[in-house]
Amino acid sequence: MREKAIDVAIIGSGPAGMAAAISAKQAGAEDVLLIDREIEEGGILNQCIHNGFGTQIFRKDLTGPEYVHFFAEKVMASNVKVWNDTMVLELTPEREIYAISPERGMVKIKARSVVLAMGCRERPRGAINIPGDRPSGVYTAGTVQRLINIEGYMPGERFVILGSGDIGMIMARRVTLEGGRVERVVEILPYLSGLRRNYSQCIVDYNIPLQLSHTVVRINGRKHLESVTIAKVDEKRKPIAGTEETIPADTLILSVGLIPENELSKQAGVLIDPLTGGPYVDESMQTNIPGIFAAGNVVHVYDLVDWVSKAGELAGRSAGKYAVKHKEESRRKIRLLPGKNVHHIVPQFFDPLSLEEGEQKIQFRVTKPFETTVKVSMIGNNNKKVKERILRYARPSEMIEINIPQSIIGSLSRVKTLSIDVEEVKNA
Amino acid sequence: MSLAYYKEENKDMQKNEYDVIIIGAGVEGCMIARELSRYKLRILLIEKNDDVATGTTKANTGIVHAGYNAAVGSNKASMNVRGNALFDTIASELNVPFERIGDYVVALTDEDIPKIEALLDKGKKNGVPGIEILSKEEMLRREPNLNPNLKLALYAPTGGMVDPIGLSIAAAENAIDNGVEIKLLTEVKNLLKKGKRIVGVETNRGNFYGKWIINSAGLYSDVIMKWAGIESDFKITPRKGEYFIFDPSYKPIHSILFPTPTPTTKGILVTITTYGNIGIGPNDEETEDKEDKSTTYPGLKEVMDGGKRLVPSLNMKYIIKEFAGLRARGNAGLMHDRYSSMIPRDFIMEVPDDVVEGFVNLAGIESPGLAASPGIAEWVVNALKEHGLKMEKKKDFNPIRTPIPSFASLSREEQARLIEKDPRFGRIVCRCENVTEGEIVRAIHAPLPALSYDALKRRLHIGMGRCQGGFDTPRTIEILSRELGIPPVKVTKNGDDSFFLKRETKSVEAKK
Ligand SMILES: Cc1cc2nc3c(=O)[nH]c(=O)nc-3n(C[C@H](O)[C@H](O)[C@H](O)COP(=O)(O)OP(=O)(O)OC[C@H]3O[C@@H](n4cnc5c(N)ncnc54)[C@H](O)[C@@H]3O)c2cc1C
Ligand SMILES: Cc1cc2nc3c(=O)[nH]c(=O)nc-3n(C[C@H](O)[C@H](O)[C@H](O)COP(=O)(O)OP(=O)(O)OC[C@H]3O[C@@H](n4cnc5c(N)ncnc54)[C@H](O)[C@@H]3O)c2cc1C
Repeated sequence: MREKAIDVAIIGSGPAGMAAAISAKQAGAEDVLLIDREIEEGGILNQCIHNGFGTQIFRKDLTGPEYVHFFAEKVMASNVKVWNDTMVLELTPEREIYAISPERGMVKIKARSVVLAMGCRERPRGAINIPGDRPSGVYTAGTVQRLINIEGYMPGERFVILGSGDIGMIMARRVTLEGGRVERVVEILPYLSGLRRNYSQCIVDYNIPLQLSHTVVRINGRKHLESVTIAKVDEKRKPIAGTEETIPADTLILSVGLIPENELSKQAGVLIDPLTGGPYVDESMQTNIPGIFAAGNVVHVYDLVDWVSKAGELAGRSAGKYAVKHKEESRRKIRLLPGKNVHHIVPQFFDPLSLEEGEQKIQFRVTKPFETTVKVSMIGNNNKKVKERILRYARPSEMIEINIPQSIIGSLSRVKTLSIDVEEVKNA
Repeated sequence: MSLAYYKEENKDMQKNEYDVIIIGAGVEGCMIARELSRYKLRILLIEKNDDVATGTTKANTGIVHAGYNAAVGSNKASMNVRGNALFDTIASELNVPFERIGDYVVALTDEDIPKIEALLDKGKKNGVPGIEILSKEEMLRREPNLNPNLKLALYAPTGGMVDPIGLSIAAAENAIDNGVEIKLLTEVKNLLKKGKRIVGVETNRGNFYGKWIINSAGLYSDVIMKWAGIESDFKITPRKGEYFIFDPSYKPIHSILFPTPTPTTKGILVTITTYGNIGIGPNDEETEDKEDKSTTYPGLKEVMDGGKRLVPSLNMKYIIKEFAGLRARGNAGLMHDRYSSMIPRDFIMEVPDDVVEGFVNLAGIESPGLAASPGIAEWVVNALKEHGLKMEKKKDFNPIRTPIPSFASLSREEQARLIEKDPRFGRIVCRCENVTEGEIVRAIHAPLPALSYDALKRRLHIGMGRCQGGFDTPRTIEILSRELGIPPVKVTKNGDDSFFLKRETKSVEAKK
């Protein structure tokens, strides 16, 4: 078995991993290795041939592959080693990586620091338990996206899509453009789960029928899908008897959520936040295991790739610094806790002294949509409010970022936890 | 070998004469084929689907029952107890996971107690080793998550779990290794007769001739019997059983736990499979349709309630899969016909030479058919001997079946060596179960070929992990297409028209 020593190893070459590789180099790490099991770097973006990427960082509307191209060039220019077609099988707490490829066989890599950038996977049918037959023709949205955009095959002609998430809506448009017919998009929630932008550009513009508060209750077809039975649901999301409708279809696309891919992280002893499904991280994106950092969809599911690149950049910089000089363990970490109407926050921990270097950013999602003005408050465990901010609206589908200003460093001296509350502002 | 299934059948006169033809490659057909392959015989195993173990054998609980349930003196009882005893040797020779984790029948009410005592009595008469009654305290000590209101329980140490699909595939592979021929995608449409004697079978791939024909067609064994000319009211009525499977990380129990049985079923049980998943089920619902393996809301609700009666804390959040199977429930002993003197619903196991010659009839092989399968195979061998088939043992019979190396279960050093020998083991196709391209290619070209996605799933467990095939499906379609020499649109999930892809995209078509 070959062995190899490296400064920074990055697992996953999606937007998070590519950004991390570039910034790790810039932070002074000499030997940076970017590993991915796909044959090209870019991660999931390679199959996202639609536009809408980079509106925040580049102020441009790029396609997924264009966005990848921009970063891939920079990766090349900065002399990062790239190993594609290489799967990481195992990561140890001592930062040893076992990776295999047809070309190099099994290699044991010893890294001074590691960035986890493995992205996420889609929730499958089993996770949502739809009764009925088990025919072919039932896929997750990402699988259909790959079949059409990478492999060049249409799985069917008549589609039903379960879930109004972004990928679901984007695929509704994609199969329509390919000459398929979307019979229905059904969403179990009483509101859309994806971005408004995608709703208008992918659903409304193509006259695709969408039904809220509906779900699929039965899959029909012995060998190949023949039809899908849907029904209306009550407030508890239980199907209402008598509202069933059977829609002929040869393909059912499931777009029912993404789960951070953390099997490797868990092997290495990285602790996972049950609210995000990703590792607990601090303001430098370091996990509980020293020298192991994380960024991108592996930490929490982002809706826009720009954020992913920024997170990757931060994690890469931290990992680069760590590899050059082992960072002394910080004295004190403040725990950030989701308060009223907040689902989860990233980072979960933050070092108050990091404010000496500049303001710090935190990101969170709300538990339900607010279409009117809301107040975000940050409150210490001493019941003192340290920051307040007004937002015009807040929706679960759109991640919210706010900063912790340098100015509050003094008021944090005895604080152990900070909680974030989101509340409606009456008569605003 | 595998490619031949996609080419036109050779229409020339083939050597299509056999000593024994077995109809149906469920667990019974496969185990019979393997047992017969010890002898110098020409044997053909015929299966209408694209793989073995796709009928009832595909969807059941996988329990190697101890044998206390069946009526005293029945075929079910004797075959079960005998089959159970043979399992250790068979599982180790065929390299399939089998564990005697012990089974329990729990009395939840005072009315259940006499029924448990009756089971103990029946078990002793059937010759089940080591069964005993446990106190409530002892039972709860062994399984603390059981319903605390339980009264007492029956314990059978010989009860075990096996993977029924893995067992059938292994038995078929070993049989082929020892000279048995198998024909998949071959459906018997009728039997060929000369006077009173059956001389062969008519199929969609031509006629095959045999001295002996064995009926092990599961749900369709009643149809085959009619073709053979046996006059009776025997009829198989499928009875559906639905299940839930839980994530392997969730383990509230670690043995086989039955409720007290009713006169017709063993009830909804909670058990742990050989792969470490908790499973609950089955319910018992009559259906008319022999192919209807759909799950239903009411059925699954019944299963959930049944499971919670035994283990109240069961957390449905961990469910990863649901499925249904069909029992081949027969009516032997319940009609005024040639079987009227049989114990009701017993297995029919006969050489009915009063009406037809050259025919071994196995019908109504419902539960405990899996547990009984080694016993039934042994019975078939003896029956053929007694009825004059010349049977000479092979000197070179190899009882050991060597599976395709499972990459995920090897040490890192062994994995490194394997990739050096064949770089295709260095490419992971199923990321959750760590299955490599090397294993997939070998399975497709094995003597018992995997011709579809589900066939690969059954052998290698691809697509059975957390992402349930989301990642590997496009890659596996590509490999199946390349290795079978068929276009991607012809690759199927499980034969017939279960295609994955409909057509090429417009952009691809335009490029041409
Ligand atoms: C189907 C889909 C559609 C999307 N559409 C949009 C959109 O329209 N607009 C938008 O802004 N955002 C979109 N997103 C979100 C955006 O693409 C993601 O947020 C972003 O790609 C996440 O980047 P990442 O680097 O964290 O993960 P990924 O891009 O998923 O990259 C992770 C990489 O890690 C590799 N990897 C994982 N495990 C291993 C291992 N063990 N060994 C080796 N390699 C490994 C994977 O192969 C992959 O290449 C979409 C996401 C998905 C899933
Ligand atoms: C819900 C349920 C739970 C069960 N649990 C247990 C258990 O825990 N323990 C236990 O011991 N038993 C159990 N059983 C019973 C056990 O599964 C069966 O007894 C056993 O699988 C029967 O195997 P078989 O080979 O007879 O039938 P099958 O597996 O159905 O095989 C018959 C084969 O014949 C083929 N065939 C049919 N007609 C033709 C034709 N004309 N031409 C060619 N091929 C044909 C079919 O395609 C099929 O592959 C259970 C059954 C069910 C339904």
